[in-house]
Amino acid sequence: MTLRLFLIGWLFHLKNLTNSMFFVLVSVLQPVIFASIAFFMFESGSRTGTLLYAALGAGLMGIWSATLFGSGGAIQWQRWQGTLELLVGAPPPFLATLLPLTIATSTLGIYSVVGTLFWGRIFFGVPLDFAHPLQLALAIPLTIVSLGALGLLLASTFVLYRNANAFANLLEYPVWLATGLLVPLTLLPGWVGPISWALSPTWGMTAIREAALGGSAWLELAMCVGLGLVYLVLGSVALRNFERLARSRATLALT
Amino acid sequence: MTAAVRVFVVGGAISYRALFNWISPGMYVTTMLGSPLFQILFFVYLGRFAGSQDDSFFIVGNAIQIAAMSGIYGMTMGIANERQYGTLQPLLATPANRLAIFSGRALPFVVNGLVVSAFGFAMSWVLLDFRPAEGSIPRLVVAVVVTTCSCVALGMLIGSLGLRARDVFFGANLVYFLMLLVCGVNIANDDLPSWLAAIGRCLPLTHGIEAARGIANGDSLGEVSGLLWTEALVGLAYATVAYGLFRFFEAEGRRRASLETF
Repeated sequence: MTLRLFLIGWLFHLKNLTNSMFFVLVSVLQPVIFASIAFFMFESGSRTGTLLYAALGAGLMGIWSATLFGSGGAIQWQRWQGTLELLVGAPPPFLATLLPLTIATSTLGIYSVVGTLFWGRIFFGVPLDFAHPLQLALAIPLTIVSLGALGLLLASTFVLYRNANAFANLLEYPVWLATGLLVPLTLLPGWVGPISWALSPTWGMTAIREAALGGSAWLELAMCVGLGLVYLVLGSVALRNFERLARSRATLALT
Repeated sequence: MTAAVRVFVVGGAISYRALFNWISPGMYVTTMLGSPLFQILFFVYLGRFAGSQDDSFFIVGNAIQIAAMSGIYGMTMGIANERQYGTLQPLLATPANRLAIFSGRALPFVVNGLVVSAFGFAMSWVLLDFRPAEGSIPRLVVAVVVTTCSCVALGMLIGSLGLRARDVFFGANLVYFLMLLVCGVNIANDDLPSWLAAIGRCLPLTHGIEAARGIANGDSLGEVSGLLWTEALVGLAYATVAYGLFRFFEAEGRRRASLETF
């Protein structure tokens, strides 16, 4: 029953989000533009060997943007559409209806990864020779699920802010930087390191790069799964708290 | 004449204040200053990794490009939101001078863009050790003013399209991101394919950023005047087309009774 709810909810939200031009921009066009910027910068800096690195990084940037804007505003959007009360009032736990939405937002990131790899291959001749295709096939969905769980945490905490979307704008670049999606963490100040360890995109990115470029991705994948579980627990606690307060204060539908 | 000036100043100020019906001032400041700051940091670090240019190349490019955030998004909202929020019909029912209505909306966003850009330069000075050539700051201000006005003109054009288009913010977002690619913000025009560079030369920002880079390296205003005049003319061309479209869509909207239909 819960699995069915999850799958149907995920598919519904994925289709719904795919129809939004904003998410097409965030998950396809924006990553392709950033990938192109990185390709040109790496080419002019004679770092042509890093083009696959850039394509994967830009793809992950798209996953983060889709998760950030999609999940960060998830509850607010349900409010605006008038569906929040229906979802909270439905028999299944609210978590079971919200999690498919947040994972659907990160799943949009598939478009980003495919888009940047395709773009890189066609226009920049990026070689798509993956060192460990099996690990890569595992790393991408695990990273997406882990980001979906992070999205749940964002959704359940951003609800405290009236202008969640504006707050999401603020978090896009810092996380791109702090998780080493395009810029290696070794170039950043040392204090960024501990922050990056708490963010699953860091581990997901490393896992995907290890799988694609050579190396072992298993440790990073384990970290991705572990962090995903932590986000899930924290998100469900925050969500339960939000639901309890909203019910007791009768503020569920208030924006 | 007095009425037109009043519409220009008061109308523009009210239009700007109306933005805060959907966003709190605190969050607005965070978005307008926080996000641009991280954009500068992101591209400076990416540039260091790529090894394509020095820090000042990315600082000047991005500190000027972030003014486009106000110019493009703000100006788009300043015009297109009239239709979105149902105030377009009453506005156009007034006999007020159209040019004053239209151009008055631009002024607050020019000032806003200048503040954002100045903040970007100041934070780069603090965090990234950015040091423009001695005595170049007044000249740099001139370049930023011209470029910001030019970006606002592009925002006017997109905003005018918003009087007819269903989803103008998609266009605004796309243009904003494309400017990062084709306007010499992070990639020198010479490093772009010729067709992309040609597109960039037809857009605001490109010549202004090139001029600002020259100024930051010690060029005089005379040495970059050609670039600045080109930037100003590009902006003027966009503003003219934007105003033409504004009047055209107004006339069409009246004729078809479709001013606020989507």
